[in-house]
Amino acid sequence: MKTAKLIEYLRVDRMPTVWCPGCGNGIIMKATVDAIDRLGLSKSEVAIVSGIGCSSRVTGYLDFNTLHTLHGRAIAFATGVKLARPDMTVIVMGGDGDMLAIGGNHFIHACRRNLNLTVIVFNNSIYGMTGGQYSPTTPTYAMASTAPYGSIEKPFDVVDLATSSGATYVARSTVYHYELTVKFIKAAIEHKGMAVVDVITNCHTYFGRYNKIPDPSEMLEQFKEKSIPLSKAEELSENELKDRIIIGEFRKVESPDFQELYKQLQEKARGEDGYKA
Amino acid sequence: MSERILLQGNEACALGAIRAGCRFYAGYPITPSSEIAEVMARELPKIGGVFIQMEDELASAAAIIGASLAGVKAMTATSGPGFSLMQEAIGYACMAETPVVFVDVQRGGPSTGLPTRPGQGDIMQARWGTHGDHPIITLYPSTVEEVYELIIEAFNLAEEFRNPVIFLMDEVLGHIRESVTLPPDEDIEIISRKSDEEFEEAEEIFLPFEERENVEVIPLAKMGKTRFHVTGLVHDESGFPVGTSNIAGKLLRRLENKIRLHADRIIKYEEFMVKDAEILVIAYGSVARSALRAVKMARLDDIPVGLFRPITIWPFPFKRLKELSKHISGVVVAEMNLGQVAREVSRVFKSRQHFELVSRVDGELISPSEILDAITKMYAGMTEF
Ligand SMILES: Cc1ncc(C[n+]2csc(CCOP(=O)(O)OP(=O)(O)O)c2C)c(N)n1
Repeated sequence: MKTAKLIEYLRVDRMPTVWCPGCGNGIIMKATVDAIDRLGLSKSEVAIVSGIGCSSRVTGYLDFNTLHTLHGRAIAFATGVKLARPDMTVIVMGGDGDMLAIGGNHFIHACRRNLNLTVIVFNNSIYGMTGGQYSPTTPTYAMASTAPYGSIEKPFDVVDLATSSGATYVARSTVYHYELTVKFIKAAIEHKGMAVVDVITNCHTYFGRYNKIPDPSEMLEQFKEKSIPLSKAEELSENELKDRIIIGEFRKVESPDFQELYKQLQEKARGEDGYKA
Repeated sequence: MSERILLQGNEACALGAIRAGCRFYAGYPITPSSEIAEVMARELPKIGGVFIQMEDELASAAAIIGASLAGVKAMTATSGPGFSLMQEAIGYACMAETPVVFVDVQRGGPSTGLPTRPGQGDIMQARWGTHGDHPIITLYPSTVEEVYELIIEAFNLAEEFRNPVIFLMDEVLGHIRESVTLPPDEDIEIISRKSDEEFEEAEEIFLPFEERENVEVIPLAKMGKTRFHVTGLVHDESGFPVGTSNIAGKLLRRLENKIRLHADRIIKYEEFMVKDAEILVIAYGSVARSALRAVKMARLDDIPVGLFRPITIWPFPFKRLKELSKHISGVVVAEMNLGQVAREVSRVFKSRQHFELVSRVDGELISPSEILDAITKMYAGMTEF
């Protein structure tokens, strides 16, 4: 029944999606519309912006104001949308490559500005769309099409990056944890300021195949086994946490967002001298 | 009432943009354009507009397109290196048919080049900087007063054709101070955003690229009232991607025709004493000021010379030049690059005609005497026998 209701938010006529059978992207898409539904937002007052990548194709299947933009630039486009239309709920969705490699600069600066955006990272540790090259979140020594001997680079931790850059709501979940994902996305949309939700998802087609977990359900099982709630993780040592996925709300603080400060700035500017058009 | 004030080119650009209705500016500092950002930062908040300094030009270009799609007139300004970084987004704005204005105050290039000196080397970048065939409009004023008026025109054309407009300037024009008469309201036309007000909370998704009878430019959807989808992928009238080749071909041709079929309406140029001219000087931007003086000086020596100044650089005014070529025997093109406009001009003027390029790429403005020299020599060559 619930699913039937959520279909209202989807552009079913644009389906099937480009995603492989078993891809976790559909779970994040559903969790997002579920969160929007629970918040009771109307379709026209939501704008969803994405970049380029498998996950970024999500905007083509969502029935809102949807901007499918350029690789890496979704947050920058969304900055324009949000500042032009502060009344709109603006959500940015896309892959780890899109957000953290080519778009990494926009990601940290949006966090720093505490823009009132919700950013959902489809974190599959790989470049899906271009055929499985290693990404900024590929674990060290994992295999990828451009890492045939295993990646020697250290991955970004999306949560650490967002937190240290100034995002005021930061959470992580996995596609195994559907309810938790909905809860975090809902909280992120409700939050005033920059909200980042890192959702660990499966690209069994590339990451899985290259790393001997080609079965999507097995990847999801691994997410379940590896996950550990933040409260429990706090009691464990760094060594014990190796290879674990820490899930939970990492940061939730009240702080004036860009828009609020900009409004104050506008008043200050108006006060100084009258504008002559 | 018209008002006379002292303005710098960059200031005139910012103030003209505001007059045109620009209420969103995103940019990244770069010489010699930074004053545009500074004026915007000071003025926009006073009138409810938004100024934001982005982390780079990739972000600036993206942000203004986002703001425009959300319903607000938007602009950015930069110089060569930043203009290069904006190219991918310019193509997106063409594909998503988004009205936006990109100002490029040219320095000497390539690369970091001559940051504080003028150049005109971005003529071709303005036309072909982004990949793929695409429609583009490029304007280039030559006085501070014209900067003010023409930036308004740039916004109008962007709205009218739902296309990005490139507004070229150069370091001389950006930094020169001149006394300017600001036009009274009744003398300026401002084309406001055509958005579809009929769409209440629509059941159906808005078709952002639907061709309609008797409507040349498809109105933009109003966010919050309806829903729409845009993409940089090849799409049909619904805005959703399609991979079929007939739709791709149709889309690219429609985009090109949008500008090509209306070239006459878009193209602006200025002529000085061309009627009886045998030699035609072609120059634009700040160089056109030197050229005008050179032509006046040559006329004192009874040399039949005239000036043609393209104000619209793209689409290029081929048609008018073809007409003029009928009675012209020699052409002098003066520009601060190695012949980017001269190459276009040479497509109209045939080899039987005298052709001279006065070119400087050392960061110095071409002087009237350099152009006068070229005119005098050419005239001597033409009258020798
Ligand atoms: C400027 C630019 N560079 C490269 C590409 C090619 N490209 C498309 S998607 C992509 C990466 C996709 O990976 P990610 O963002 O992690 O998303 P996923 O496909 O895994 O969902 C790349 C490199 C592009 N479209 N644009």
